[in-house]
Amino acid sequence: MNAAPVNGVISDQMAPDFLLAVEGLTVSFDGFKAVNDLSFYVDEHEIRVIVGPNGAGKTTVLDLICGKTKATSGSIKFRNQELTRMSESSIVKAGVGRKFQNPSIYDDLTVFENLEISYPKGRSVFGALTFRRDAAVKERVQEVAEMIFLENKLFERAEFLSHGQKQWLEIGMLLIQDPDLLMLDEPVAGMSVSERVKTAELLNKIIANRSIIVIEHDMKFVEDIAHKVTVLHQGKVLSEGTMDRVKNDPKVVEVYLGH
Amino acid sequence: MKSTAFLSRSEWIGVAIVAALILVVLPLSVDGFRLNLVGKYLTYAFVALGLVMCWGYGGILSLGQGIFFGLGGYCMAMFLKLEASSVENTKIQSTPGIPDFMDWNQITALPWFWEPFRSLPMTIILVIAVPVFFAFIIGFAMFTRRVGGTYFAIITQAIAAILTILIVGQQGYTGGINGITDLRTLNGWDIRTDDAKYILYFVNAGLLLGCVLIAYFVKHSKLGRILVAMREKEDRVRFSGYSVAGFKIFVFCLAAGFSAIGGAMFALQVGFMSPSFVGIVPSIEMVIYTAVGGRLSILGAIYGTLLVNWAKTSFSESFPELWLLGLGGLFIAVVLAFPNGLAGLYQSYVEPRLGKLTGKKSDETNGALPQGSPAE
Amino acid sequence: MFSDYSLAELGSIFVMQGFAGLILFSVFVLMALGLAIIFGQMGVINMAHGEFMILGAYVTYFTSQFFLNYLPSLFGGYFFVAMGLAFLASGALGMFIEWAMIRHLYKRPLDTLLATWGLSLILQQLYRSFFGPREVGVELPEWMMGSIALTDSVEVQINGLFVMGLTTVITIVVALLMYRSRWGKQVRAVVQNRIMAGAVGINTEKVDRYTFALGCGIAGVAGSAFTMIGSTGPTSGQLYIVDTFLVVVFGGAASLLGTIASAFTISQAQSTMEFFLSGSMAKVLTLLGVVGILMLRPQGLFTLKVRR
Repeated sequence: MNAAPVNGVISDQMAPDFLLAVEGLTVSFDGFKAVNDLSFYVDEHEIRVIVGPNGAGKTTVLDLICGKTKATSGSIKFRNQELTRMSESSIVKAGVGRKFQNPSIYDDLTVFENLEISYPKGRSVFGALTFRRDAAVKERVQEVAEMIFLENKLFERAEFLSHGQKQWLEIGMLLIQDPDLLMLDEPVAGMSVSERVKTAELLNKIIANRSIIVIEHDMKFVEDIAHKVTVLHQGKVLSEGTMDRVKNDPKVVEVYLGH
Repeated sequence: MKSTAFLSRSEWIGVAIVAALILVVLPLSVDGFRLNLVGKYLTYAFVALGLVMCWGYGGILSLGQGIFFGLGGYCMAMFLKLEASSVENTKIQSTPGIPDFMDWNQITALPWFWEPFRSLPMTIILVIAVPVFFAFIIGFAMFTRRVGGTYFAIITQAIAAILTILIVGQQGYTGGINGITDLRTLNGWDIRTDDAKYILYFVNAGLLLGCVLIAYFVKHSKLGRILVAMREKEDRVRFSGYSVAGFKIFVFCLAAGFSAIGGAMFALQVGFMSPSFVGIVPSIEMVIYTAVGGRLSILGAIYGTLLVNWAKTSFSESFPELWLLGLGGLFIAVVLAFPNGLAGLYQSYVEPRLGKLTGKKSDETNGALPQGSPAE
Repeated sequence: MFSDYSLAELGSIFVMQGFAGLILFSVFVLMALGLAIIFGQMGVINMAHGEFMILGAYVTYFTSQFFLNYLPSLFGGYFFVAMGLAFLASGALGMFIEWAMIRHLYKRPLDTLLATWGLSLILQQLYRSFFGPREVGVELPEWMMGSIALTDSVEVQINGLFVMGLTTVITIVVALLMYRSRWGKQVRAVVQNRIMAGAVGINTEKVDRYTFALGCGIAGVAGSAFTMIGSTGPTSGQLYIVDTFLVVVFGGAASLLGTIASAFTISQAQSTMEFFLSGSMAKVLTLLGVVGILMLRPQGLFTLKVRR
C-alpha cells in the first residue's frame, strides 16, 4: 500500500529530504488568519509533536494537511506531491492518515468491522460490493487488534469500549491503512495514566515504518515520545527543536507563563 | 462471522416467511379484486425497500421517492398507451395513432420523447434507466457539494413538487392531472383480464423478492457497513480514503431503481398512471411505510407497506375522516415512540422469547440496530 | 413574446405584475419569517407551519363573523383584534406542540420533519371536521376595499397595500426582537452554544419553547393577513409550504435579511413570468431556478464563509 508518488516526479536534484514540507501555509476565515505563513518540515521516521496554547491553529494545521480545510495560499508537499489541491480520499490514498480529536469510530459496528472498513481494499463503490473478508483481511485485522490491545474485543460493538480503548481503536483504524504519515490529534486525552504509558509504547512501536505528527497538551507524554517539538502561537511557528531546547526558549516561556 | 454470509439463517427464514405470505397465503385467501389491491400495495413496497437502504442505512432521507416511482410508472404507461393508441383504435381522432389526450390538446404529431416507447425492450431499459439517471444527476449535484440531512429532504421534496406541476401543466404531452389512462395490452396481451392480473401479481411479487435479495446482498457487503459507518461518522469514512459522495449516489440510485420497478409494475397492474403518485404527499406517505416497518429492516418495509395500506383501505371504506387522523398519529407515534418500527418491536419483545423457545442465541447482526438512528 | 405589446403597455404590465408580486412577496415573507426563526434558529423543520398559518386565518374569519353579528359598528377595526387573537392562538398551539413533541426530537431533525408532517395531517382533518371542508372568505371592512389609480392603466388594490404595510411592520418588530432585545440575544446564544448558554444561566428549554411559539404565532398573523387577499380552506396552508421552505433555504437559513431578499427574488420572478407563460410553467421555472442555484450554492445566497 506504500503508494509511491504517481505524478510527483522525483528527479535527482530535488530528491525529497523531507517526508512532509509545509511552506508559507495560510488560511483565513473571513479575514481571520487561523494559520499565517506557516512553514515546517517533517523527516522520515520522525515523531513530531505540535504544542501551543488554545487557538494557536494546531487542529487547523492537521485539517489543512488532510484536506478537510482548503488553504488560502501556500503549499503542502508530501513526498513532493502537492496536497493542497487533492481530494480528501486521494490524500489518504497517498499515505496520510488522520485521527480526530474526539474518538471518531463507528459505534454501531463491531471492533472487527471498524478495522475492516479502514482496510485499504474495496474503496470504490464496486470494490466495496465485491469485497470479500478473506484470510488476509482477518489476519491483518487480528495483527492490528493485538497492537492496539483490543484482540479480545474484536466482536464487541465499539459503543461499549472505554474512552481510552476507543482512542486506540481509532489509531488502529489508521494503522491498518499503513500510512506513511500518521497525524494524531490529542491521542491520550481522557486516558488514565496506565493507558497513557501503553499509548506511548504503542506509538514508539509503530514508528518503525512511518512518521507521526501528534498534537498534545500533556507535557509528560510529549517528553516521552517527541523527537522534535514545534510550538505554534497565533498561527505561526514560535519555536522548534528538541524538547529541551523548546522548554528553555524564552519566547515559549513567555507565551505559556508570561501573561 | 455470520454477517459476511449472503444471508444469515434467521434472515433466510424471514425471507421464506415473506415469500410464503405473498406467493401462497395471500393468493389463496383473498379474492381476485383484493389480490389486485395487494399487488398494488406491493408496488409501494419497492419504494419502501429503497428507503430502507437509502434512509435507514445511508441516513439520506429523500422526500421525493415519488419522482422515481412516477418516472418508472410513466415510462411503462407511455409504452402501454402507445400500444392502445393504434391507428385502428383511434380512427375517430383528428390525428389517428397518437394518444387521445394529445388529440384533445390539438397536438398533431407524437412528441420526440414518446418515440422510444414504441419498443418494449427499449421501454424496459428506460423504466430503470430514466429514474436512475435522474437520481444520479440529483445525487451528484447534491452529494459532491456535501448537501445532506434536512436540506436534501427539502430539495427532493421541491423537485417532486416541480415534477408534479410540470406533468399537470403539460397536459398535451403527459395527460395532465388525469394521467395516462385506458391502458389495455402489453405486446398484444390484454392486461385487464383476471388471468392477466393474476399473472402480473406473481411477476410483481417475484420482482419484489428479487429486490429484497439485492438489498440483503448490499447490506451484507462491505458497502452496507460503509453506509452505516457514513451515517455515523461521515468524516471518519472520508478520511479513511473513501469518496463519501460516491457511496451516497450509489444508494440513492439503488433506491430510485427499486422505486422505478415498483412504478412500472403499478402501471401494469392498475392500468393507469397519474401525477397523484409523483408529488409531495405520496412521497412522504411512502416514508411512513418504511418507518412503520422499521427503517433498518428490509423485510419490515414489506410488512409496513402492507399494514399501513390495509389500514388505509379499511378505514377509508368505513370512516374516511378518521383515516387522516390515524395516519397523522402514526407519523408522530412512529417517530416519538417506535423509531425502529415493527422490526424494533419484534426484536425487543418477540425475538428474545423465540430465542428462549429454541434455545439459540439471536443473530448477531441484529445487534447492529441503533436506537433511533440519528441522521444529522 | 414582447412584440405584441407597446412599450407603455409593457411598462404597466411590469408595474402591475410587480405589484401582484409584492403581495405574493408579503405572504412569503410572513410565512418565511416564522419558519426562518424556527428552522434558522432551532434547526427544526416544521412541516405543519402552513397549518399554523391557517389557524390564524380561521381565527380571523370567526372574529369577523363575531363583529358582523354582535358589534357591527366596530367592524372597521375587527382586523386588528383578529390579528392579536390569531397570534395568541397559533402561538399557544405552538407552545403546546413544542412541549408535547418537538422537544423530544431536537437531536433528530429528520424525524421532526416526519412528526410535524403527521401533525399537519391531523390539523387539516380537524379543520375539516370542525370548520367544514369548504373554503371561507372574510368580509373586508369598507376602508380596505377598492383600489387607487396611480396612472390611467395602473391601479393597485388597497387591501394589497395594507398587507404590504403590515408585513413591513411585522418584519421590523421581529428584527428588533431578535437583534435588539435581551430575549433575542438569549435565543441567539442558545443557537450558537446550547451548553454554554445553559451554563451561564439561560433557561434553554424555556427559550426553545418561546422561540417555537413565536415562530408559530407569526405564522398565525400571516394567516390573518392572508384572509385579506384569499379564501381559507383546510388545506390552504399546504400550498405554500414547499415554496416557503425554498425561500428560507435560498436565503440562507440563519439570516433574516437573506430570507427577505430571497422572498423578494422568488416572488418577483414568479409573478413576472406568470404574465407571459402559463402559471404552472412560471412556477416550474422559478422553482427549478431556485433548486438549481441551491445545488450550486447549497449554503444559500446570503451567508458568510465560516469554519465548519
